[in-house]
Amino acid sequence: MSRFTNCFNKKTALIPFITAGDPNPNLTVPLMHTLVEAGADLIELGIPFSDPMADGPVIQRASERALAAGTSLTKVLAMVKQFRVDNQTTPVVLMGYLNPIEIMGYEKFAKAAQDAQVDGILTVDLPPEEATEFTKILKNYNIAPIFLIAPTTTTERIKKIASQSEGYLYYVSLKGVTGSANLDLNSVAEKLTEIKKHSNLPIGVGFGIKDAKTAAQVATISDAVIVGSALVQLIENTSEDQVLEVASAFIREFNE
Amino acid sequence: MTDYYNLPDEKGHFGPYGGLFVSETLMQPLDELKKAYEYYKQDPEFLAELDHDLKHFVGRPSPLYHAARWSERLGGAQIYLKREDLNHTGAHKINNTVGQALLAKRMGKKRIIAETGAGQHGVATATVAARFGMECVVYMGAEDIKRQAINVYRMRLLGAEVRAVESGSKTLKDALNEAMRDWVTNVDNTFYIIGTVAGPDPYPAMVRDFQTIIGRETREQISPDVLIACVGGGSNAIGLFYPFLEDKHVSIYGVEAAGDGLETGNHAAPLCAGKPGVLHGNRTYLMSDQNGQIIETHSISAGLDYPGVGPEHAWLKDNGRVNYVAVTDKEALIAFHDLTRLEGIIPALESSHALAYCQKIAPTLDKDKIIVVNLSGRGDKDIHTVATLEGIEI
Repeated sequence: MSRFTNCFNKKTALIPFITAGDPNPNLTVPLMHTLVEAGADLIELGIPFSDPMADGPVIQRASERALAAGTSLTKVLAMVKQFRVDNQTTPVVLMGYLNPIEIMGYEKFAKAAQDAQVDGILTVDLPPEEATEFTKILKNYNIAPIFLIAPTTTTERIKKIASQSEGYLYYVSLKGVTGSANLDLNSVAEKLTEIKKHSNLPIGVGFGIKDAKTAAQVATISDAVIVGSALVQLIENTSEDQVLEVASAFIREFNE
Repeated sequence: MTDYYNLPDEKGHFGPYGGLFVSETLMQPLDELKKAYEYYKQDPEFLAELDHDLKHFVGRPSPLYHAARWSERLGGAQIYLKREDLNHTGAHKINNTVGQALLAKRMGKKRIIAETGAGQHGVATATVAARFGMECVVYMGAEDIKRQAINVYRMRLLGAEVRAVESGSKTLKDALNEAMRDWVTNVDNTFYIIGTVAGPDPYPAMVRDFQTIIGRETREQISPDVLIACVGGGSNAIGLFYPFLEDKHVSIYGVEAAGDGLETGNHAAPLCAGKPGVLHGNRTYLMSDQNGQIIETHSISAGLDYPGVGPEHAWLKDNGRVNYVAVTDKEALIAFHDLTRLEGIIPALESSHALAYCQKIAPTLDKDKIIVVNLSGRGDKDIHTVATLEGIEI
C-alpha cells in the first residue's frame, strides 16, 4: 500500500485515466510515463471491454479502438509490468468490467496483477454485495479493492463500501455515465463531507471533470481529481505521433 | 433438494446465477424498485388492476389451439399452441409491459425507457406508455432498425421516440447498454422496463412473475406431457415453464437459436454453446471469447439475437430440469412455412424455433401425448425478412 500513501500525502492528487491499448498497445507504456512526468500522481488504466455499460461515448470508442488493436486483459497486465521497469513509485489502478476477470479466474488474475505490481482494481459493475470472494482474494495478493460511491449511495451503503475499500474511494460526481457534463460542486462537497464521516480513506472525484477549471474547483474539496473522458477525447483527436506531446501539455495544464 | 418456487434468494440469486452486477449509481434505484415490487405484488388493488388490463386491454386469456392438421402431418403427439400471438400487439411481451407500467405509475415515474431487439418489446412498451400518458424512449440497435422497419414506425405512431444505437454490434445487447446509460443519467424520473428475464435483480424474477400468466392459464386449459418454447432472453419460456417446474412428468424444452449451426460459431445459443460470465447486471451463460469479450451473435430472428440468457434458465440448465436445445435458421424457416400453410397461422421467427423443435420430437411420441408449444408472437413483422431470403421484393 505504500505507493498509495506517497501519492496522497501531498497536495490534491491528479489521476488521469486512459484506456489501455488506445489508440494502439505500443503507445500505452510511453503514455503512462509521459503522464507521470507531466504531473500525474496515480494512473487509472482502463481494461477495454466490449460492453462498457457505465461509460459514455468517448470511452466506449476508446474501448473499441483498443480491442480492435488486439488488447486483452493479459496484455494490459503485461503493460503494467513493462511500466514498472522504469517506474516503481506511481500507483497504477486498473479499472474495468467484471467479465474479462471472471473468465480469466479471480485467483489467476490477482496473482498476475501482483506479479505486474498493480496497486488496485476498480471493477465498475461489481458492487460490494457481489464482491466478497473477489475482495478476499485481492487482499491476499495485496491488491487494493477500490469501489465507487455515487450521488444515490445511502449512508448505510457508504459505511459498507468504505469498510471493504482500500487505497482510495472513487466518488462519482454526478448521475450519469463517464464524460457527462453537469457537475454540481455544492452537492459534491456535501456528499464528500458525509463520506468523510465514515472513512479515513482519501477520496477521488471523477466522471464530470471536463476541463482544468472544473478540476481546480473540485481540487479545493477533494483529495484527488480524476480526469478520464476529456483526456481520452484528446487522444482520439490527436494523430499517434503527437499523442505524447499533447497529453503532456494537457496534464501540465491540469496540474497548475 | 430443489425448491423451484423459493428462488431467487433475497439477493436475487438463482444458485450461482443472477445477482446484482451494476455500477453503484443504480444500486439505490434498484433497491427502490425491488421494495416497490415486493409491496405491490401482494397488493390486492394492484393485482386487480393488472387482471383487469390483461383481460380487457391485452385480451387474455389467450386460447390454447389444437393444431390438428399439423399434428396429423407429423404423425405423433397432439400439438397445442398457446396463442400468445393473439395478444394485443401480437406477442407475449405485453404481459410484462402492462405489469411494469402499472408499477411505474404507482412509483410516480413519468418517463419510460426500454430496449428492444425485434421491436416487439419496444412496441409493447410504447403501447402501454401511450395508454398511461407517459413519455417513452426506446433504444434499438441500428442493425435491428433496418431489419424491423415496420415495428419502428409502429412505435413512432404510438408516440415513442426510437433512438438508434450505433455502438458495438448495433443489436439488442447494445440497445440494453444504452438504455442502462439513459437510466443512470435520468434515474430520478425514469422507469426502465426491461423486456426479458435478464438484467439485475429484481428484473429476472419480476418479469417472470408477470409472464407466468402464460403457464397458469395453460395449466387450466390442458394437462401437457411436453412443453416447448424458444429462448432468447427467455421470458416467454419461463412464463410457460415456471408453473410446471414441479410436475416431474412434464418434459420441458427450451429452444435456442443455432443460427448457421452451432459448429459454425454463428449462432445465439449461450446455454448450448457458451459459458458462465457476467453481463447486463447478472451472472449467467454468455457467449464471450477467451478474453471475456462478448462476441457477436447471429440468428435470423432479431428477438433471439442476444449473447446472454436469463439467469433462471442458466440455473434450470445446470440442475437439469429443463432441456436446452438449439435449431438452425433453416429449420426455423421450414417450421415457419409449415405452420403457415397447414394451420393458417403465421408465426414469429422466434416462435418458429420452438415449432421447429416440435417438428423433431412430435413424430417420436405416441398419439395420445400432448405437446404445448408457446406461440409467443405472430409473424407479420418478419414477412420482409422471409421474403428477402426467398429473393422476393415486396
